[in-house]
Amino acid sequence: MSMIALDNGNSRSLDRLLPLILLPVGLMALGPVLRLLLEGFGFGDGFTTDHLTTVLTRDSTRTALMHSLVTAGGGTVLSVLIGATFAFLVALTDIRGKGALVFCLMIPMMIPPQITALAWMQMTGPSSVLLKMLGIAPPLGSPQPLHSATGIIILLGIQHASLVFLTLRAGLRMIPADLVEAARMSGAGTLRVWAQVVLPLSMPSLIAGGAMAFVTALGNFGIPAMLGIPARYSTLPTLIYQRLVGMGPSVLPEVAVLALLIGVVAITGVLLSRYMLSRQGFGLVGLSGTPLALALGRARLPVEITLWSFIFVILALPLFALLATSLIPAYGVPLTIDSATIKAWIDVLVVQPVTRRAYGNSLFLAVLAAAILMAISLPLAWLMERRSNRLSRILDALIDLPYALPGVVLSIACILTFLNLPFTDLTLYGTIWIILMAYLARFFVVMLRPIQASIAQLDPAMEEAAASVGAGLGRRLCDIVLPLAAPSAAAGAILVFLTAVNELTVSALLWSSGTETLGVVIYNLEDSGETVMASALAMSIVVLIILLMGLVQAGAKRFPKGVIPWQS
Amino acid sequence: MAELTFSNLTKRFDGAPALDGINAAIGSGEFVALLGPSGCGKTTLLRLTAGFEQPDEGEIRIGGDIVAGEGRFVPPEAREIGIVFQSYALWPHKTVAGNVSYPLEVRRIPQAERKARVAEALDLTGLRDFADRMPSQLSGGQRQRVALARCLVFEPRAVLLDEPLANLDLALRASMHDVFSMFHRRTGATMLYVTHDQSEALALADRVAVMESGRIRQFAAPEVLYREPADCFVAGFVGDGAVVATRRTGHSEAGRVLLSVLGQDIWCRSSTSAPSHVSIRPEAITLSETAPLRAQVISCTYLGGRFRLVLDAEGEALVAFAPQRAAVGETVGLTIRDPWAFHDPEAESLMAGALTHA
Repeated sequence: MSMIALDNGNSRSLDRLLPLILLPVGLMALGPVLRLLLEGFGFGDGFTTDHLTTVLTRDSTRTALMHSLVTAGGGTVLSVLIGATFAFLVALTDIRGKGALVFCLMIPMMIPPQITALAWMQMTGPSSVLLKMLGIAPPLGSPQPLHSATGIIILLGIQHASLVFLTLRAGLRMIPADLVEAARMSGAGTLRVWAQVVLPLSMPSLIAGGAMAFVTALGNFGIPAMLGIPARYSTLPTLIYQRLVGMGPSVLPEVAVLALLIGVVAITGVLLSRYMLSRQGFGLVGLSGTPLALALGRARLPVEITLWSFIFVILALPLFALLATSLIPAYGVPLTIDSATIKAWIDVLVVQPVTRRAYGNSLFLAVLAAAILMAISLPLAWLMERRSNRLSRILDALIDLPYALPGVVLSIACILTFLNLPFTDLTLYGTIWIILMAYLARFFVVMLRPIQASIAQLDPAMEEAAASVGAGLGRRLCDIVLPLAAPSAAAGAILVFLTAVNELTVSALLWSSGTETLGVVIYNLEDSGETVMASALAMSIVVLIILLMGLVQAGAKRFPKGVIPWQS
Repeated sequence: MAELTFSNLTKRFDGAPALDGINAAIGSGEFVALLGPSGCGKTTLLRLTAGFEQPDEGEIRIGGDIVAGEGRFVPPEAREIGIVFQSYALWPHKTVAGNVSYPLEVRRIPQAERKARVAEALDLTGLRDFADRMPSQLSGGQRQRVALARCLVFEPRAVLLDEPLANLDLALRASMHDVFSMFHRRTGATMLYVTHDQSEALALADRVAVMESGRIRQFAAPEVLYREPADCFVAGFVGDGAVVATRRTGHSEAGRVLLSVLGQDIWCRSSTSAPSHVSIRPEAITLSETAPLRAQVISCTYLGGRFRLVLDAEGEALVAFAPQRAAVGETVGLTIRDPWAFHDPEAESLMAGALTHA
């Protein structure tokens, strides 16, 4: 009895101490965003709207805003077209090999945008190794067709099509089967059912998916940086990058306004979609099920061939081109059996200190971010589910913000916050820790949501049973909650790792010599003309990503529903 | 083993009382059932006893120690109370033996003793051959036994059972009744059993607390509840039969009172001299052709071995048993013998209220 009383003393104090983690977590996740908001109004120099008016009335700002809206808007339209076509065909018809098709459609989302851009540039243009090998390269001196607004739109559209696909497919699965059966009983044919029942009912998810694609495209840095900067076509994220890289921290107040501008456009987009959703919303009642299992009949094979050809063009072809470029000895040399070499691969993976350092930095950051987030998220998710209070609910609602806001916005916010650590002379700017802080804030929700989902599915009686047999809070968390939430935590950790290891947008603004990340180095190599090495590095990352995705896929059965993004 | 005492125990959820001044004492080793319709507060009382909820007023004592009340709150893990959940709450990542040995691991019992006690608990619940199975490989009845074994292994001061049979089919329930009785006999544990099924409560418990709207209406042995219900709710909720309003005619003697029931003067058992209602169980009614009280047959249901008749006598619905089938609409004569009369102030005030509004 005495030992138990002791144990109990610990658990009571733990129960009081645990809520205290809400504060640092809230500060870490939301502090930078708040700091950025204040900067826009002249924090530190007294309240002023001078920066706002100067920056907003500048021509370059207006041009970049227009470019951002055009490319993000165009990209969204393309994403919706691709994503919706795939979602309807995969969810509603009897085509074969759906699992493989979905997995392949997801790869563009997981591959970092600057690698996508690099790969596509290796597929088009006069110096494409692949085209030269096939003898169909355009003559030297002709422009790279992707260095244009159209190029940016196409790549943004492909990159984010899977966001629309996933949201729409999840929505289609929620449509009650008996609605479709009722329409059939009323005499409607398959196409009529699709057009008059399924399509209107799936509009909300289509709008939601489109909004996500728009916000993500708006914040995309890798694609407009690789394709737009050479063509002097700047969007808001690249404008911020160029200003900050060119002028240094002195322009922070200015770029803070630009960052806020992106944030405002993104939030406007989300609010607009919410408004449309509220007008479109139907209360769906009934058991969900497969709404339609449309037999394509003789059209099935041609449809399958078309879908796979499309995947081939958007995924395999660019990656082939990237691989081809990585195997030549020097840029410009055609690829033949004799000229093929793995010199660039060896350079990148073994010889070059910069790329080795970048691999080390990125792996270090990704592992550390995943580990820290896992350690915080388990007790936090438990706290939010089991000891919900006003503070934890507010945090729950706002924690999506650092992930939903464009990466540049968060980077600027982090620079502002950590340039001078509050109450000290220390600075994190220029160290690897500022990148870590940004990653922690940005990827928090990627880790938290899967764990939250699995704890929410956990019967509270499991923990009560442990309490009744004498286990204190600490033991209950270790012995009962942890093992049962572990698969989701592992999946969340892999997702954080995947996203962090090839992240560019945040680190592009936060890196300095010695703290380069993989994303930064690929961009810098390509920028300085080392295309072959950039391709080899990019290709090695693609292999790593596909392996990790395969790993998650292999464990798919052990994770609760909704943990793996490409298996809703 | 320890006795449980509740004094003036009150619990509100968002201001609405779920428990309203509960006073009860459960003796050491007693098997008590909490019986009532859903929402009556029986599960809340169980969760307060376990320590999953904190009372707003009043106190709970276990074996004389205050575990909740007067600024004291002992958390569930320090109460030494076992609980069997409706969902069993077996930990899916531990084997049967792992589930059962966990309470001992928490108490840092040495491994050799732990093994012996787990084996003993598994033997007692007939699970010896299932020790290495995972919970997902077990049937509902087996899971229930694991939950029991997990409870019994650490020799708790009391065992709480929350509708433990609700998820089992009818045949299995009967055999689990035997398991619970055996468990109680072998361990001598103080047991508190929550159920909404009166047959379970009457069959298993030494005493039954009938609850309604957060209050205990009557706390007595099953046969007392049946023969001598305290008020209209208990008379209607426990057992079959009818409750009829009555009027005193004047005569009363020790334990008996002469009342006017359905126009007949009948001697009733009673503990009060001013009863307002009588509870007429089917056994109290004898059918005969010649009896002066006439009733019409409303329905006739075969129960196996006998028929259950619902009769309309003077506008009241009575229940009687008959050896043969009766035709619906037929008129029969009946005699009421020795019913139980009680005073229900609530029902009276309700009626008075209805009259003034009319």
